[in-house]
Amino acid sequence: MTPTTTTATTTTTTEALPRSASDPTWTELLDPVVTGVGVASPTGLGLEEFWAATVAGSSGLGPVTRFDASGYPCGVAGEVPGFDAAAHVPSRLLPQTDHMTRLALAVATEALDDAAVDPADLSTYAAGVVTAASGGGVDFGQRELQNLHAHGADHVSAYQSFAWFYAVNTGQVSIRNRLRGPCAVLVTEQAGGLDSLGQARRTIRRGTPLVVGGGVDSGLSPWGWAAQLATGRTSTGHDPAQAYLPFAPGAAGSVPGEGGALLVLEDPAAAAARGARVHATLAGYAATFDPAGGSRPDGLRRAVDLALADAGLAPHDVDVVFADGAALPAEDRSEAEVLVDVFGPRGVPVTVPKAGTGRLAAGGGALDVATAVLALEHGTVPPTPGVAAADPRHRLDLVTGRARELPLRTALVLARGTGGFHSAVVLRRA
Amino acid sequence: MRRRVVITGLGALAPGGPGLKGFWDTLTSGRTATRTITAYDPSPFRSRVGAEVDLDPLAAGLSAQDVARLDRLAQFAVLSTAEGVADAGLLVDREDPTRIATVLGNAVGCTTSLEREFARVSRGGRDWLVDHRLASPWLHDHFVPSSVVAEVARRTGALGPAAVVSTGCTSGLDAVGHAAELVREGSADVVVTTTAEAPISPITSACFDAIHATTARNDDPATASRPFDRTRDGLVLGEGSATLVLEEFEHARARGAHVYAEVVGYASRANAHHMTGLTAHGTEMAAAIDAALAEARLSPEAVDYVNAHGSGTTMNDRHETAAFKLSLGEHAYRVPVSSIKSMIGHSLGAVGGLEAAACALAIEHGVVPPTANLHEPDPLCDLDYVPLEARDHRTGVALSVGSGFGGFQTALLLARPTGGAR
Amino acid sequence: MTTVTPDPTPATSTTLTPPRTQTLTLTDLTALLRECAGEEEGVDLDGDVLDVDFADLGYDSLALLQVISRIKRDFGVSVPDDAAATADTPRALLDLVALDR
Repeated sequence: MTPTTTTATTTTTTEALPRSASDPTWTELLDPVVTGVGVASPTGLGLEEFWAATVAGSSGLGPVTRFDASGYPCGVAGEVPGFDAAAHVPSRLLPQTDHMTRLALAVATEALDDAAVDPADLSTYAAGVVTAASGGGVDFGQRELQNLHAHGADHVSAYQSFAWFYAVNTGQVSIRNRLRGPCAVLVTEQAGGLDSLGQARRTIRRGTPLVVGGGVDSGLSPWGWAAQLATGRTSTGHDPAQAYLPFAPGAAGSVPGEGGALLVLEDPAAAAARGARVHATLAGYAATFDPAGGSRPDGLRRAVDLALADAGLAPHDVDVVFADGAALPAEDRSEAEVLVDVFGPRGVPVTVPKAGTGRLAAGGGALDVATAVLALEHGTVPPTPGVAAADPRHRLDLVTGRARELPLRTALVLARGTGGFHSAVVLRRA
Repeated sequence: MRRRVVITGLGALAPGGPGLKGFWDTLTSGRTATRTITAYDPSPFRSRVGAEVDLDPLAAGLSAQDVARLDRLAQFAVLSTAEGVADAGLLVDREDPTRIATVLGNAVGCTTSLEREFARVSRGGRDWLVDHRLASPWLHDHFVPSSVVAEVARRTGALGPAAVVSTGCTSGLDAVGHAAELVREGSADVVVTTTAEAPISPITSACFDAIHATTARNDDPATASRPFDRTRDGLVLGEGSATLVLEEFEHARARGAHVYAEVVGYASRANAHHMTGLTAHGTEMAAAIDAALAEARLSPEAVDYVNAHGSGTTMNDRHETAAFKLSLGEHAYRVPVSSIKSMIGHSLGAVGGLEAAACALAIEHGVVPPTANLHEPDPLCDLDYVPLEARDHRTGVALSVGSGFGGFQTALLLARPTGGAR
Repeated sequence: MTTVTPDPTPATSTTLTPPRTQTLTLTDLTALLRECAGEEEGVDLDGDVLDVDFADLGYDSLALLQVISRIKRDFGVSVPDDAAATADTPRALLDLVALDR
């Protein structure tokens, strides 16, 4: 909760106001619980495969195979391996879905299965969905733009009206799973995955018992690649081992990846009522804007301070930090500065599993939260793949090489979106 | 005590006339701003009508660099935000900037820039392996519309949460709702809420043609947008931008700000039915209206004006008429309902902001805008749609609804500001 | 050794309308339906579907719009603008196409 005081609404009755969809006032600021997780990552499709690879510090980075990237200055990406769309998505949806939407549908299914909830068992408007987006369905979009420009308007698909736009994952997940509650879509570049969970919390606090939140993204087409190259933030070359080394002395950019996560968040009372297994609690969230972006620490520092205050926690309560890890000199420096100022030099274990997946745009923050949830459950901090050691000048305790087993209670997850978006999420073990 | 949210500033960049004043003049005159598309040669397309904004960005105050760097969408957003913030009398250097949030409502992003860039890097669609060296340095900004809210936030000096709300055609109303929630929960005291869309581009014409969503009445573009009329045949693609400055009530009062209206209710639902189709029942839109009324602690009879989604497609106008009857009961037959899309077209993610602004102005001026081109109502659309002429009508409570691709249904309630506690 | 997905650009431009040398058969239509909108589980598209409602076969108006657009392109026929709304069965659609002669 931000510093402004908000007192409970006064009531003329002595009973607490019921927290239902028809009661618009909040009676308390509940912390939603995570009851289900689904993931698709270059390091694995599905929770089991993903966690095993993550703990092992495996890297899912490799040469781009979706298209011939030999002519581009950067040729490395994180691609989700072995995704057979037909096995996860009904055939009637295949022609109208971009690859990222197919991944999202598969991930949503896993999350709802993991939560052991069938939305059909809930009341009509009891479940909603919020996803983050970045470039939309880029592959589908490139195909249709090509159809238009090379062949003419009558070659543009009827599905182009929705198959690529930013809201498509929320729409298709809502339809497929009959989620009729409030739905939302947020775009804040790489901060979106965290912001969507903040929005899920907001929606639950306003009276919707269950919200599927997160992000799944893919921009792996030449057109999407050109956009990534235009940022000047991607590394150069075709060697996966050198492609993305956050906080390392030679950090020289990142590479894109595809995938993400969707999490089932619930009102804790609703989760308890249906006997749901709780993975973790979303204890705190904050978002700030700073036009200087990652080049100075201010925006990120404020996000960290606000999220911890929101969780009612102090820095010493945090057991692990999942950093943004941009792998650009100024950005690594400013993020390290924030972590040292808040936690002290080497004051908390820090890890960047996304060094093994690439930066997943709208999927990144969500996948980091999923990873943090798994880390809390297993008492294991996964390492930062591919990085031998952090630059000592950062004064970070960066977990590299092997996973580290620790009693973990609280995780802090950070994300920075290009343009100046800074977000932070605090998770507590169930 | 629950934090209250009021609207203290408005800006608009709409087809038909410049600025907020031009927007309201268009609406109250009943003039339509729909015409044959001029942005490009529309002859290859089934639908050739658009509601375009006439903008000279340099004359409007943008620099040549701005024009080179910013997509038309961003230009719209920047200009309407400047008007909105000035209208609010908001002096950012007297505020705590970390308490000012920024929200952008937008559905389809930087369409015109993306299409132009695509043509260049792909050599007119010949190359799948596009030549990245031919791309604009701002290509990524065009891909990810958060660049636009970042631009708005940067120019405003806002350091609070910033985000794009992108729920298709309900983005505009959802942006206002999202902003209201940010104030209510205490994350911000002021939210500069801008909706903007500049989708008029060949790819958009082609994809709306493909699903027959847009009008084919190319021989009479001025009357092509005919919500609720028996002869309606689809929507008119539009563009534009609105800005609403939302503010916490006490914060507004302390600085003596003018208040147009209070945001008293907001709700969204999804029909989980189809990405583009609607049912005939309007159940989920009605549920959104019900929930918004419940939040506002208002009964249906309290609603003085309904700003409809009114896109002018066969399906939509029946769907929402059914929704109004379901949620407002008998009152649906008494309350004036109008669609300003009849005049300014459907600007997708922007139009909800323009509609919310129209509601705030209806409350302020006691005038409700008409539904233009309504000469022969569809027998299945049998409500009072304020045909042809604006009407003096004391408006204490206005309901604005939206419906969009993905199945999203949204309701927003604005009320005349009162001095006392709610 | 990685395999690179081949470039989907078609070998030749198809800006010219192909000559109408063939009639649209039910087999052509069901092939297009499959391609444009998949196949519903439990529906045998190769069975006797001439007079089965498209809705029962699992095809909505969006799917029909897409199929009709392909028919127009691939077979060079013109189809009434409201065909997606009026042709409710494969036979009805084939009849509409046959009218353009």
